[in-house]
Amino acid sequence: MTPVLADLSVGDVVAEASFPLTRDSLVRYAGASGDFNPIHYRDDVAQSVGLSGVLAHGMLTMGLAVQPVVDWAGDPARVLDFQVRFTRPVFVDAIDGATVSVVAKVGAIDLDALVARIDLTVTFNGATVLGKAQARVNLA
Amino acid sequence: MSVNPELQGRVFPPVAPYLVGREKVREFSRAVFATNPINHDPEAARAAGHHDVVAPPTFAVVVQEATLAQLLAEPDGGIDFTRVVHGDQRFSYTRPIVAGDELTATLAVTSIKSLGGHSMVTAESNIVDASGAHVVTAISTLVVRGDE
Repeated sequence: MTPVLADLSVGDVVAEASFPLTRDSLVRYAGASGDFNPIHYRDDVAQSVGLSGVLAHGMLTMGLAVQPVVDWAGDPARVLDFQVRFTRPVFVDAIDGATVSVVAKVGAIDLDALVARIDLTVTFNGATVLGKAQARVNLA
Repeated sequence: MSVNPELQGRVFPPVAPYLVGREKVREFSRAVFATNPINHDPEAARAAGHHDVVAPPTFAVVVQEATLAQLLAEPDGGIDFTRVVHGDQRFSYTRPIVAGDELTATLAVTSIKSLGGHSMVTAESNIVDASGAHVVTAISTLVVRGDE
C-alpha cells in the first residue's frame, strides 16, 4: 500500500530502523560498490591517516539510511531524489561493531507534485552522522 | 599543489557504458540492507510495473565512480587523492535504474570554492540510458584538505 499524501502531516515519523554494522558489512559493501579504500577494513591504514580506526563507507551509511523510507513508500522507484552531507564518521569496532539508527520524518509536503520530502535523522553513538539528509518521495 | 580553479566548467569525455546486471543489483541491495522484493525478485519488480529488479537509490554511485576517477586523474587538476574527503552526495532521478540498463556517465565540474584553506569541488555526473534519455544525475562535493 502506497502511503496517502493527504494523510501526512509535517513532523510525522513515518519509519524508524536500526542497522547493526560489523566489519563483515564493510567488506560486503566494498565488494558490492567497488570502493576498496583500505580505511574501511584496515585499522593500521585508518590510523596512519589520523583516524581512530576503521570507519564505514559514507556511501554505505547513506545507502542504508534510505531503506526505511523505501519500505514505507513500498517501491525503491518512488525515491526521486536523495541527498546527504557527511558530517561524522561511523567507527566500526572489530568486535562490537556499530549500530546506526535512522528516524524518518515528513519534512515537507508538495500536494501539487504529489511528493513528500522525508527528512532523516541518522545517528551513531548518540550523535548525528549525516546532515541535510533528505529524500523526495513520489506518492502519486 | 592545490586544486586548479580552471577545472570549473570542465566537461569530461563520457566513460564506457555500464551494463546493469541483475545479480549486481541484488549484491548491492544486500550490501545496503535493502530487503524490498522489488530490489531482488524480477516477478515482484514486474508486478510493480518495472522491467526487472530495481536498484537501490544509491546504486548510481557505482556508475558514477568511473567519472570521479577521471576527475582525480586529471593531469592539471591538482586534486591530491590522499587529501580528499567526501563532503556531500546527491542523486536526482528521472526514472529508476533497473537491471538490463546500459548507462553512460559524463562528468562536469560545476563549482570550485575555497573555504578555510580547503577546496570544495562539486562534480555532476549525468547518467543516460542507451537511448540517450536521462536516468539520474549524481552530484558529489569533494573536500580537498589544504596543506597543514
